[in-house]
Parts: sequence; C-alpha cells; structure tokens
Amino acid sequence: MSQTKQVKQLDRVIIRFAGDSGDGMQLTGDRFTQESAVFGNDLVTLPNFPAEIRAPQGTLPGVSSFQVHFADHDILTAGDRPDVLVAMNPAALKANVGDLPKGAAIIVDTHDFTKRNLDKAGYDTNPLDLLGDANDPLGDFQVHPVDLTGMTVEAVKEYGLSRKDAARAKNMFALGLLSWMYGRPTEPTTAFLENKFKKAPAILGANLTAFKAGWNFGETTETFVVRYEIKPAKLPEGTYRNITGNLALSYGLIAAGVRSGLPVFLGSYPITPASDILHELSKHKAFGVTTLQAEDEIAGIGAAIGASFAGSLGVTTTSGPGIALKSEAIGLAVMTELPLLVIDVQRGGPSTGLPTKTEQADLMQAMYGRNGEAPVPIVAPQSPGDCFSAAVEAARIAITYRTPVMLLSDGYLANGSEPWQVPSIDDLPVIDPDFATALNHASPKAAEGEPDEFWPYLRDQETLARPWAIPGTPGLEHRIGGLEKGEGHGNISYDPANHDLMVRTRQAKIEAIAKSLPPLEVDDPSGEAKVLVIGWGSTYGPIGAACRRVRRAGYHVAQTHLRHLNPFPADLGDVLKRYDKVLVPEMNLGQLSRLLRAEFLVDAIGYNHVRGLPLKAAELAEAVGQLVGEAEGTEVDLGEHGLNPPSDHEEAPSR
Amino acid sequence: MSTPTSTELPLPALRTGTESVPAAEGPQTAKEFTSDQEVRWCPGCGDYAVLKAVQSFLPDLGLRRENIVFVSGIGCSSRFPYYLDTYGMHSIHGRAPSIATGIATAREDLSVWVVTGDGDALSIGGNHLIHALRRNVNMTILLFNNRIYGLTKGQYSPTSEVGKVTKSTPVGSLDHPFNPVSLALGAEASFVARTIDSDRKHLTAVLAAAAAHRGTSFVEIYQNCPIFNDGAFDAIKDRDTKEHAIIPLEHGKPITFGVRDEETGLGDKALARAGGGVEVVETAAVPTEQLLVHDAHNPDPSTAFAISRLTDAGYLHRSPIGIFRQVERPTYDDLARAQVADAKAKAAQSGGTDADRLTKLLNAGDTWNVG
Ligand code: SF4
Repeated sequence: MSQTKQVKQLDRVIIRFAGDSGDGMQLTGDRFTQESAVFGNDLVTLPNFPAEIRAPQGTLPGVSSFQVHFADHDILTAGDRPDVLVAMNPAALKANVGDLPKGAAIIVDTHDFTKRNLDKAGYDTNPLDLLGDANDPLGDFQVHPVDLTGMTVEAVKEYGLSRKDAARAKNMFALGLLSWMYGRPTEPTTAFLENKFKKAPAILGANLTAFKAGWNFGETTETFVVRYEIKPAKLPEGTYRNITGNLALSYGLIAAGVRSGLPVFLGSYPITPASDILHELSKHKAFGVTTLQAEDEIAGIGAAIGASFAGSLGVTTTSGPGIALKSEAIGLAVMTELPLLVIDVQRGGPSTGLPTKTEQADLMQAMYGRNGEAPVPIVAPQSPGDCFSAAVEAARIAITYRTPVMLLSDGYLANGSEPWQVPSIDDLPVIDPDFATALNHASPKAAEGEPDEFWPYLRDQETLARPWAIPGTPGLEHRIGGLEKGEGHGNISYDPANHDLMVRTRQAKIEAIAKSLPPLEVDDPSGEAKVLVIGWGSTYGPIGAACRRVRRAGYHVAQTHLRHLNPFPADLGDVLKRYDKVLVPEMNLGQLSRLLRAEFLVDAIGYNHVRGLPLKAAELAEAVGQLVGEAEGTEVDLGEHGLNPPSDHEEAPSR
Repeated sequence: MSTPTSTELPLPALRTGTESVPAAEGPQTAKEFTSDQEVRWCPGCGDYAVLKAVQSFLPDLGLRRENIVFVSGIGCSSRFPYYLDTYGMHSIHGRAPSIATGIATAREDLSVWVVTGDGDALSIGGNHLIHALRRNVNMTILLFNNRIYGLTKGQYSPTSEVGKVTKSTPVGSLDHPFNPVSLALGAEASFVARTIDSDRKHLTAVLAAAAAHRGTSFVEIYQNCPIFNDGAFDAIKDRDTKEHAIIPLEHGKPITFGVRDEETGLGDKALARAGGGVEVVETAAVPTEQLLVHDAHNPDPSTAFAISRLTDAGYLHRSPIGIFRQVERPTYDDLARAQVADAKAKAAQSGGTDADRLTKLLNAGDTWNVG
C-alpha cells in the first residue's frame, strides 16, 4: 500500500555508501552519481577504497566507500561530512560514523550485525541494541536499521540463485531505496544493468528486481516518511556528462593527438592510480593511438622517448614511485629536447606509501627530481573534468617547446568525478609539430662550395625550441644523446663555456613558456581582500569552498589557482604583491609555498594536511578566517560558516 | 562484436627485416655513412674494426640513409652512433632496447639498430634486453662483448670469468658470468648469432643475415679491449689455436672443427648428440651420419642451447661462432601496427574525420543538456 510521503526541498545532499570491499559500494556510488548527473544536479564524488583487492571481509581495513555530493547549484567539493551514511556492515558503520555531523541519517543493513562481524569491527556490544537507550552511541543520529540483505534475498527468490549470489544484489536494493528517497531517474541504472549482465539472465533479473524492490520498499515502508527533492543545477549552457579525471585525461591525450596530427604513443607500466589511463587509451587505436605495456617504468618512458624521436607524441603515465624510476630518462628528454608527456597521478608517499589515497607531494620531485640542472615544465589540472584541457595544454607546451612536460594529477582527481561540459573540438588549440624538413645553416666552408648543413640545436629565437627532424627526412641525419651538446651544431661538446651557455639556455627556454600563458585569474569579488589564498591541483575545490564560506560570513578573501607550476605565470609576482598575506593550502608539507618563497621572497603561509584525503573546506575556512582577522586587525568569527553547526557543510556561492 | 585478439587478426606476412624500409636510389659509399666526428676509442680497440665493417656493410644494405637509426646506451661501444651519418641516439645506460622498441613500433619504414656492450645490455639493461627478445621487435642488437667495463676503467663485467682480478675485485670476482647466447636463446630470441670483431668477412655475413631477419636479431660480437682485458679472445684469434677453438656453425652442414681434412673438408673434431645435449667427439670415431648437422631453423631451441653451452666461461678455449638460431615468429611491432591499422580501417568505414569521431566519443554515454 502506497503512503503519502512528505516531500522536502533541499539545496544539496552528501551521501556516503560504505561497505565491505566485496559489497559493490563503488558501483553503487557510481550508479547513484550517474542518476544524479542525468537528473541535472551539479555533483562531486570521492571514492575511497583499500589498496588490497580483497582485504579481509568484515574488517575495518576492508571498508570501501563512495561519497557523492549533489546540489541544485554549482559545488566544488565532495563535502566534508556526509548527511547520509549507508552502512552495509558493522565495520562500515564503525569506520565512517566519526565523519558524520550531528543529526545525520544512517541507513544500516542489520543483517551482518552478528557476533562474529561485530567482533571483527571491534564492537563489544551491538550498537543497534542500544538505540534509544541513555547510553546510545548513535544517539546523535537518525538511525534506520533495515534488513537490506534479508529483503533482497526474499525479493530475488524466483531466480533460484544460491543464497550468497542472491545476497550480492543487496547493493542494488540499497541503490533503489536511495534512488527513491532522492527522486533519482531509474532508467540509466536499468539500462546499465541490462548491458552489464546481458549474458547472465538470472543475475540480471536478480539485480533489476533488487533495485525495484529497494525503490518499492521506500515507497511503502513507514521507516521513511520523507522524500527529498534537489532541483537541477543551473550550469552554463551546453552538453554535459559525468567524468572521472583519468578518463578526461585519456580523452585529452587523444585530443592532443588529433589537434597536432601526431600519432599518440603511450609507454607505460601498470601502477595505481594511473593504470586506468593505460586501459582507456588501449581502447582507442582507431585514433592511431599505440599503447605499449612495458617491462618496467623505465622501459615505458624509454619507448615513449623513442617514439617521440620517431615523430609521435610520446607519453608515459605513472605515479610517484614510477617517476623516481624514470628520472634519468626524463633527464635524457631534457638533454635531447624531445617532446614528451610525463603524467604523474600522485598518491600518498614516500615509497609505496598509500597507493589508493591522494596526495600532492610530488611537486618538488617533478621540479627537481633529476641530476643536473634539468628544468621541466609542470602543468596541474584542478578538477576531474579539467584533466582534459590540462592534457591538451601539456601537449601544446611539449610540442611547441620540444621538452618533456610533467602533468601532475592525483588520486582524488583520477577517481573522483564531476559533471563536465563537453568541449567542442574546434575550440581546442591547434598544435603545430612543425617538423624540420630543410637544411638550416651555411657550412663554415661555404666559400669552398660546401653545401648547407643541418644544425639540430639551432634554436627558434622566440621559443628557443630546437628543430625536430624525424628519421626518414633526407639530408637531416643527425645524432642526439645524453652528452652535452654544442649550441647550434649539436655535436658533443665538453667546452666549459658551452656547457654554461647550454644550461642557461635550457632554463631560459622553459622560462620563455611564461610568455605564452594567459594572465592569472584572481577571484576577489569585493576587491577589498587583504588575504590571497593560492593553490594548485585538486585543492581547487576545497579552497574555493572555503573562500565562499569566509565571504558568506561577511569577510573579504581573494583566491587564485595555478595551472602552471613551472614556469609560473608572468604576472604571479605582481599578484602576490597586491595582498598583505598569502595562504597556500596543500596536501603536502609545503612545497608550493617553498617555491613561492624562493621565487618571490613572499611570506607564503602554509596550510598543510597529508591525510590521504582532500582538504576539508570548513577547517580550511577557519584557517583562512584567522588569517583575514590578522590581516585586518579584527576578530573573525565565521559562525555557522566555519566549523560550527548547523551548517557544517558546503556553502553555496554568495549571490 | 568483440574485439579480435591479435591471434585472430590477419597476421602480417612474414617478411624480411628491411622490406618495409625504402631502398636507396643509387649506389652508396662507406664515406656517405661516415660522420664528420673524430673517432675516440683507444688505439687498437676492437670497436674500430666493427665500425669499419658496419660502415662498409651499410651501403650494401641498400637502404635510404635517412631511414636508418642507430641507438646505443652507455659504454665505449655506445659511442658508435656518433660516427655514422644516419639518424642516431646515444641514450642512457642499458635503455637502448626500450628506446629502439619505441622507434621500431612507431615507424615500420625505419631500419633500427642497437649498439650495446656486455655491461650495458647484460647488467644495467638486462631487463630491456630479454623483453626486446621475447617481443621480437624488428631490430638488430649488436652486443660488443669485451668481458670488462672499459669506460669506467676496468671493473669486471657480467661476462667476466669467475676470479677476475680487477680494480673492484682485487682478490678475484665471485659472480658466475652470463653466456650471452644462452641467455638470448632462453629469452625466446628468434635470431641469435655470434661473431668476432677481427673477422670482417664473417662479421659482415652475420650483419647481412641479421638485417634480413624480421624480428629482433641478437648478435654477440667478441670484441677485444686492449687496455683493460687484452687477450680475452686470444685462443680464437691466434693463428695456432683458432682452428681448434672456433666451432663454426653453418646451417645444413655437420658441425666440425679442428684440423681440416683436405678431401672431406671436415675438421678432426665434431659435435654429436649425447643424452639431451651435445658433445665433442673425434670425427673419425663416429659414422658421418651421426655427426650433428646444424639446423638454425629448428623451432625447438634445445639443440642451439646445448651448442651454446660449449663456450668456456673462463679463458675462451673454445667457442661456437655463427648463427645459432634463425626462426620466423611474428614481430611485436608488426602486430601492434596491425591492431592500430585494423581499428582505423573499421573506424574509416563509418566515415568522418578523427575530429568527428572524437566529438562522438566525448558525447558518448549518459549526457544531458543544459539551456
Ligand atoms: S677501454 Fe677498451 S673497449 Fe674502451 S675504447 Fe679503450 S680499448 Fe676500446
């Protein structure tokens, strides 16, 4: 029997799905995200999973979660604290309850709250037995205990599956329930399941049935009396899709190939969290993309350098440990001045570190992690969708300036997703490989009738780039390599003055890139800010959200974000000078702040967390607020826009 | 429809190593292949002989000079590309096979050569060497084996004999050496040969066969380093001992060596099967039909491996010289290009440019419109 349910309007919701790593929480979150995207909400996601493929079942380390933040306005982060937690077992409850704000809703699958699983999660007593008691540990929350598994097994009986297989559909039951609760469209998930399980009719039937049963349960049960409505967001006009950073980055590489007319050649060794780029590019041979899964990290970049020498757009993808192994080869590409893209999807370090968690602590490695003076341009995307244009930009620099370029993504960008406005190919820059085809220098013995020569290190006056003559070009045969080259002619040179000149010239070439960069965009709505917050990479979202909070509380703050870390934009120094205080939030111990201090003698103040997770906007807002107070000589109280309830989650932009 | 696996794709017809490389328009000279750079090896170094042999062999290869690429790593021999007027890259230690793999896979119209040494290929670059061989990328690897580190001034190498006294091993080296030919055979190589720096004729013949082979051709060249390891190959070079030391391998002929019989042309020693391997016998002591006839084309590498084991690890009293193995196997680069070409051809059927297809790709999946 259907009941009349109350419908409540919300402007945003943060839901976290959490379960055992075998429970399909990533898929559930992903489906909910797709439904929300198609519905037209703005959204940001944060998958969080263990490094182990199947960590011991039911344990805390085995918990996998997926957080999705969706809203009727543009949002910047996946949210600090979930409004709703879906917990599929005791470990998932225990691992996540600490992140919930007071008043959050918890939908918990009671089925696995057995003695054994409670023990594994470290619960002495079943917290669900204490609900409503004076000592209820979950007293701050609205808890909805539901036997999701039991109801799923019951619902899918007709398919004759084993109990285990039947229970597996419980994630779809949960998805159905949440889809009902937030009025999500069901067609995308139905179509997805039909495609995924088309070869296994019983499994398909069970999943579809569980999904519908979850929906119907929401509609009929008295446990849930409210449905929520979050209207579509008013995003700029265009066609949108939801996209992860790794997918956007892969598409960006293909686009760079199309816009430069160069075949893309990826040499790569599998590594978390970069492997998806290898997987994706290997599907797109139709664009002339070649992918080589190399024997190791070094061979991956070696093959890419070889392909670049031969006239392809050489690319290598990896994470920090791989960059360490590739350093010598990156130096070779610096010395031979060949175009090359080196993509570092950063993860927690050092050493193996936290393979599945995010961090941005490879900036110094990208900047300086080579022997000798070996400058390399660095480009960093700021959001998952932005990985697309960052890849195109990195390719523009690599090809135009004949240099390896580092593209610093990170684990959060790689796996996180957001709605992405699909760009028009015609709007992307055209990249001209400008291969050398002719002799370029008169022979010193020209008077004696010696013909002209080819000088592989004779530079373009504007870009300082050397000619790129690829094998097969008659008359331009030449040798390059890791030994120092004589300026111009490019033969081996041990001459001290030449080495000094070449070291400076390679540096000047990278610095010359700044001339091709647009002026920095500074967001300073009132124009009265004394404090500038500057970041790079995936902290864009949290920094933006923190600045919004500070402004909503009535204070002034400016924000700017660096896409180019080397060279810096030409006007960065002037921008920094305009502000009394500069705050640099980073997921490291202060790497950009050091570079800013060294380059501009500015008192860059660090805000640093290395928890393997994105920065939290509310915490950061408090830090920004404090600095604003110091700069303006006032007491700053962000009130509910900071860490204080009730509004302890992301703010809408000031209107 | 599911994507075909590489084995379902039409295999590119097995061709010669240089078939897809454009031919030179007219005759070429060794001088055209000689760069203007001063050669800087020590006087008497075996590398000179190999360079001369290569410079005079390349014109005979008959390929356009601009379509030839030499790639090297680090070490004395790795200076090689600077002295040839072709395209070239003197790369970093041990990595030349990986760089060459990228070049050869990206461009089928190039003749790709790797010049490396025993330290470069077998120590720091061992991994790249074995994987190049297993992939069978169309290129020729010339391994100059002088059994010592020359450029770093005389430490023992992975092919030095146990007990080698060097600067880094004053009381003798401890590690057992590699036999490069055995290693290559174990790494699934499709072409494996050994030759000698000082035997121009044999060296040139092996280079020709290696270039003609489609796939990775591995050529070990015994190369004397008069400065740090002089005499390492004396037994096979000395006029008095060489006919007893060199076991010449010729496809289709019985393997014999030692003092030649004027009439039969057979040496007084021969190889015969013994158990699972081979042994040296007195030619006269066994019936001719029991002499081991060399079969470089045998798909099973066991016999070639057994023959490779006849090389001494220490002072080279004896060594088989020639082509151990030459079998046809699809090359990695041909297959990789076939996959790309196949995908491109299928895409072309649906029409449109790459940009049109990219637009379609970006707009695929669940999209929605705003405004
Ligand atoms: S050290 Fe030995 S191998 Fe090196 S150049 Fe001199 S003689 Fe040749």
